Amino acid sequence: MSDTLAHVAETAPRVPDAKKTGMGRLIGGYTLRILLCLVFGLPLVFLFVSSLKPDTQIFGDVGTVKSFLPVGDISLDNYTAVFNRVPFWRFLMNSVVLSALTVILGIIVNSMCAFALARLKFRGKGVILGIILATLIVPFETLALPLLWWANKLPYYDGSIGWLDTYEVQFIPFIANAFAIYLFYQYFDSIPKELDEAAKVDGASWFTIYRKIIMPLSGPAIATVAILTFLPAWNQYMWPLMSVQTEELRPVMVGLDYFKQLNTSWGQLMAYASLITIPILALFIAFQRSFVNSIASSGVKG
Amino acid sequence: MTQTVGGAHPNPPTISTIENLTHRQRRFEKPARSQRLTAAWLIAPAAVIGITFVLIPIALAFALAFTNAKLVSPQGPQFVGIDNFTRLFHDPVFWKSLRNTILFAVFVVPIQAGFALLLALLINVKVKGVNFFRTVYFLPVVTSMVVISMLWLFMYRPDGLINALLSKVGITGPDWLGNPNTALAAILFMSVWQGVGFHMVIWLSGLQTISQDMYEASSIDGASGWQSFRYITWPALRQTRTFILITITISAFSLFTQVQVMTQGGPLDSTTTIVYQLVRAGYAQQQTGYASAISLVFFVLVLAVSLVQRYLTRDKDVKK
Repeated sequence: MSDTLAHVAETAPRVPDAKKTGMGRLIGGYTLRILLCLVFGLPLVFLFVSSLKPDTQIFGDVGTVKSFLPVGDISLDNYTAVFNRVPFWRFLMNSVVLSALTVILGIIVNSMCAFALARLKFRGKGVILGIILATLIVPFETLALPLLWWANKLPYYDGSIGWLDTYEVQFIPFIANAFAIYLFYQYFDSIPKELDEAAKVDGASWFTIYRKIIMPLSGPAIATVAILTFLPAWNQYMWPLMSVQTEELRPVMVGLDYFKQLNTSWGQLMAYASLITIPILALFIAFQRSFVNSIASSGVKG
Repeated sequence: MTQTVGGAHPNPPTISTIENLTHRQRRFEKPARSQRLTAAWLIAPAAVIGITFVLIPIALAFALAFTNAKLVSPQGPQFVGIDNFTRLFHDPVFWKSLRNTILFAVFVVPIQAGFALLLALLINVKVKGVNFFRTVYFLPVVTSMVVISMLWLFMYRPDGLINALLSKVGITGPDWLGNPNTALAAILFMSVWQGVGFHMVIWLSGLQTISQDMYEASSIDGASGWQSFRYITWPALRQTRTFILITITISAFSLFTQVQVMTQGGPLDSTTTIVYQLVRAGYAQQQTGYASAISLVFFVLVLAVSLVQRYLTRDKDVKK
């Protein structure tokens, strides 16, 4: 991983502009950038604003600037309706718990594996690394349906057969992640090996080296893995759609789909969508640099 | 949390941190054997989960494709040879979904990559407010595709926002998602809108590895903006370019959520895709064997793209 990525979030001034390009181009450039801001921002503004309006007003406002302004018949009725019509908090808790488990267990399991691969000597290491790199190019869609069949045959801990329709089937398959192992591996590999030797001389065990020396040094890698595994976990849609039937076990995205099928008004759908979007946008804005750096570092893969 | 990825380690542990470890932690072990054992149990959790939920399902995709396996069935799968593939290749909806998937990828790749590069160039300059612009362009990326599909389902209505905007400039827009000629294009446009910010950031990280001196030298030599882009920027972005093309292609092949939420493959199968068919066959119709055959076709497509990428990068490396 190169340290050039560190600059991405700072948008370091790279190309000399202004001076010779002149006023006209500067204004043109700004107009274009602001226009693009409207293209990307206005649909989201429309989403949040419409969540406060009854359907008659949403349709009445189409074609006017009022579509994007919280004016007219504004209320929180749509939000009340969401809470009354579907177990929204239950869906939300499911998603929060499932994402947290995927991220936290993923960090532990994948970093342990990467530590062994990057810093220990043992036979068969090359083979394991090869398998991990090979699975990187296999999209989840390839194995989703065989996995669905397979999960239905696995013994469950209470003695019954079949993992479908459980919490476990929604996060355990996603804990071990080839890309996360690969990111950790690269990072651990760049930490000087002399540290291990120094600790070894003092009698530290390998697990101590992993936990007390290597992991504390790997904050950036942990942040990257956390962000890159959190977003897909939060956005899980196709897999829970297939593997979970019980209403109480559904995550938020499947819940939104279900809510839509209840002949719900647009305003209420927008309210539900806003409720699950605003926390993520807030997280993004708060940790923007980490987000952007994580995405940028995923690009080093190729 | 440190914000940099990679780079120097800010506080390496000193000898005293190591000396502060407890006696038990400092216990002496024979190196070779302890390394093998430690490695084994450090890898074990990832290995158990990876084998159970990734490697076995991949193997099953190959095995079940030649059986009549059903998701819920009292009897086990029976070997049926290439029946599933024969059926697949005689299914007009499969060909339609293959055509739609490839068509979608062929158009989305250049459009999204090109638009993302344009955005990256626009915010890779020293002007005020650039951070704000980057944030806004990136917002759709962190918004869930299910939410975006729901939102655009409204915007694409015959009386929705898109047509209202078009009518301002005198165009009568079609029923975007209800018309077989426009539905796939509508999904494509929305997908670009959602994903372009992601690739903008990757282009940007590529752009910022280019040395500033090159641009200064070229401007002294009187190169135009286009010339310095053509002869400095573009060649320097070779690796970034390959990565971007490959990731957009693979995610284009995996098109599912938008179709499931917005059109369910319609109208007249004009938006059905391979992954959508896969889910229909394996989940809605519970035909795991048949779905595995579709999975294999999908896998071959993705593999072909990855191999082409590997071939292209290796070729260039040799020339260098």
